Amino acid sequence: MALEPLIYELSSPGRCGVHLPGLDVPASELPAALLRTELDLPEVSEVDVIRHYLRLSQLNYGIDKGFYPLGSCTMKYNPKVNEDAARLPGFAALHPLLDIEDAQGALMLMYHTQEWLAELSGMKGVSLQPAAGAQGEFAGILMIRKYHLSRGDTKRTRILVPNSAHGTNPATVSMAGYEAVELPSDENGDVDLDALLAACDDTVAGMMITVPSTLGLFEARLPDVIKAVHDCGGLMYMDGANMNAMMGVLKPGELGFDVMHYNLHKTFSTPHGGGGPGSGPVAVNEKLLPFLPGPIVGILEDAGSLDDVPLFGWVMPEQSIGRLKAFHGNFGIIVRAFTYMRMNGGSGLHDVSRYAVLNANYVRTALRDHYVVPHDRTCGHEVVLEGHWKDVPGIHALDISKRLMDYNFHPPTNYFPLIVPEALMIEPTETESKETLDAFIEAMKNIAREAHENPELLLEAPHITPVGRVDDVLAAKQLVLCCVPIPDWAGSPEFKTSTD
Amino acid sequence: MTYIPHTDADRQAMLAAIGVDSIEALFDAVPGEHRFPALELPGPLSEMEVLAELYGLQDANTHAQNFAIFLGAGAYNHFIPSAANHILLRGEFYTAYTPYQPEVSQGTLQAIYEYQSMLCALTGMEAANASHYDGATSLAEAVIVAVNETRGKRRKIILSAGINPQYRDVVRTYMQGQDITVVGDDKVRDVNELAALMDDETAMLAVGYPNFFGQIEDLTGLAEKVHAGGALLTVVADPIMLALFKSPGELGADMVVGEGQPLGIPLSFGGPYLGYFACTKKLVRKISGRIVGETKDNRGQRAFVMTLRPREQDIRREKATSNICTNQGLMALAAGVYLSLMGKSGLKTVAELCYHKAHYAASEIGKLRNFSVDTDKPFFKEFMVKCPLPVDEINAVLLEEYGIVGGYDLGQDYPDRENTMLIAVTEMNTRAEIDALVAVLKEIVDGA
Repeated sequence: MALEPLIYELSSPGRCGVHLPGLDVPASELPAALLRTELDLPEVSEVDVIRHYLRLSQLNYGIDKGFYPLGSCTMKYNPKVNEDAARLPGFAALHPLLDIEDAQGALMLMYHTQEWLAELSGMKGVSLQPAAGAQGEFAGILMIRKYHLSRGDTKRTRILVPNSAHGTNPATVSMAGYEAVELPSDENGDVDLDALLAACDDTVAGMMITVPSTLGLFEARLPDVIKAVHDCGGLMYMDGANMNAMMGVLKPGELGFDVMHYNLHKTFSTPHGGGGPGSGPVAVNEKLLPFLPGPIVGILEDAGSLDDVPLFGWVMPEQSIGRLKAFHGNFGIIVRAFTYMRMNGGSGLHDVSRYAVLNANYVRTALRDHYVVPHDRTCGHEVVLEGHWKDVPGIHALDISKRLMDYNFHPPTNYFPLIVPEALMIEPTETESKETLDAFIEAMKNIAREAHENPELLLEAPHITPVGRVDDVLAAKQLVLCCVPIPDWAGSPEFKTSTD
Repeated sequence: MTYIPHTDADRQAMLAAIGVDSIEALFDAVPGEHRFPALELPGPLSEMEVLAELYGLQDANTHAQNFAIFLGAGAYNHFIPSAANHILLRGEFYTAYTPYQPEVSQGTLQAIYEYQSMLCALTGMEAANASHYDGATSLAEAVIVAVNETRGKRRKIILSAGINPQYRDVVRTYMQGQDITVVGDDKVRDVNELAALMDDETAMLAVGYPNFFGQIEDLTGLAEKVHAGGALLTVVADPIMLALFKSPGELGADMVVGEGQPLGIPLSFGGPYLGYFACTKKLVRKISGRIVGETKDNRGQRAFVMTLRPREQDIRREKATSNICTNQGLMALAAGVYLSLMGKSGLKTVAELCYHKAHYAASEIGKLRNFSVDTDKPFFKEFMVKCPLPVDEINAVLLEEYGIVGGYDLGQDYPDRENTMLIAVTEMNTRAEIDALVAVLKEIVDGA
């Protein structure tokens, strides 16, 4: 039984979903020996395609459908004007290799985005190249590496990472050729300062830390952490995943961070797209300016007069770590983020952070008597609960998440951060109203009661979703990744197709 | 407060429930001397005012809707059916995130599974992931796979100079912290000369199909040579070309990577694009990025789920081979919808239109005095023209006087190819546009 046929199962020989023009030039001879003889793509009409994907879309949950408190991901409302902005033909149909004179509008937009991000972070320079937060992290650690090498400091081989960090942090450290050293957290969920001081020596290249922490907490001793790492000659990287709590609240550059990344798809309302695309600009202080990934946008010629505009163009920082992707970053995402920043203005962005923190604390306060809040103090933009109770040991965070689906909510993030058992990480964002939060809180309270009175309801959840619990063990075992029969040349006998 | 729904009464009630007097009181843990810094930023604007500003900015750009465009070099002006954009604007698709919770994400999961399937069909490979950032980072990820496949014992990578220069730059950026050597692209070599660089240190050899110059190099026998040397063959391919020409799978490739932008994704000044990545089944446990597999739910229904998850950074952390998390999911959806709309016959037609129009343009330009078209090797939709004048001079006249965006100046990346223009022709270029280009080129030289 299938909810919706595969597009291949809708196929009928001879159908096509587009009308293409005829050939208006003489045909040339095709090199027969180089041509393929088969092409196993579906054959469907336009209406088949529309209905198929529309029905698929209806099997999804998105922010446009309801509350999506997926912690660490900042699933705020994605304004519609952003989508219109990115689709303006002057942006959407713009070739990336045009001469700068022919792309001044795009370059000006990118330049101003760099300036906004520099001001919000208190940093000196920004590169919009990174395509996602993880690529921003990679850029940041490569810059730290190149900074040390440029000073002839070759003995630094380690990067410190708290055990509460996103998985991307240690993975980034390894990709950059460093050893990741995991630091424990203290009983408050903050970095264990004694362990940090013990780890700091002249082999430390730097430290990566998330602010507010992945527990959603502002660490009171953050200045001490930064000082300890700087004192041993290391640089400080701030994972900016949680910038939604920070705008107009704290400038990482002023606090002493050397480099950070933004996630435009979190803080600046660009859509998550079912997995991406995102955009992960990096911001740096003076020390790291020469190493920014490039090219970045600069002013090549100042404006002649006040009524005039300057000439914008590409600048490669002198000791750049290089290019992170082809062309200039995820420009379409940058357009959306720019639109959002202009709509909000500086004061509006500060309000975003104020209300994001208000909403998270409201949820925390309402649920503290029903769930274990492991670090129950004023939180930032998100709150982490424990999704289990001692008196009902069979219930796990995942069961609570699945049951939330029956209440028409998307679940919070499960099992992260790793230092909280059965973690449920809830990030409401500022775009949700008190009514929505109240409904969610009510659902969470109901679920806590159900867990004690009728645990089967949780264990068998979800009940109202298009599919029930999905067997991921079977998926990994049978490994059916493609529904197209494999042509002879592949000749891998263990390969199964879904029609088997 | 643009997108914040709270009324004053809401705020007061919420503060009371929390037990604080003001929102500011919630930030007491932030070091006092740094708390609430001034932001030197403009104030808010209305939606009307922002749109007016954006209209002004877009008007300062020379875009493909208003000009005939013969510029490619890694980003192509192909036709995008209207239906594709309408699907992308479904809020259920674009306002969802990674399908970690499969029960409320079957739409995204099945769409990715279908994308993987269509990509396998196109490339002739057995598996594909849900995307990388772009063609360049897909190639860099292929390098990581190849080195890991040798358990890190082989650390040399051979790249053809016929791979997009920006892709080769990105590979070097990615590898700077690793002890991995990238060779082979110091000068243009044919595939036999490249294969001759193989040794027992080599983990991977990569070629373009077509190469950056638009040429379709003869890859017959290359896979055997690479495999005999104990290395993997990666092919960087134009997905539209694969509708017409032999698939890299048929040619023995182990990994096929490249830029999926031609598959229904707007030029958008270089991004967001789609790094597609396909490989043999043998390698699937070694690759990074999300992968969707078929399974069943507890009601016995067919269902889809992200699989082989323990490879990924959120689980494997410092032992993960890549840090990729957010990918280009919506662009993979775009490519899936595009390939569904085009289908077997439509995609082939697009490829044929590109081929014939490009060959017509090449033939007409080849007739001009002082221009010579490189017809050394077969080509698909791009070709090289040796010009009698610097390319930027020609392009300036083309654009300023005739509204034509000319080709790419290869001399920027290849010093021995100065005055050589790389011209891209797609199904979007009409015969009238091609004839106009030819006429202007003739006039420029005759007038020079």
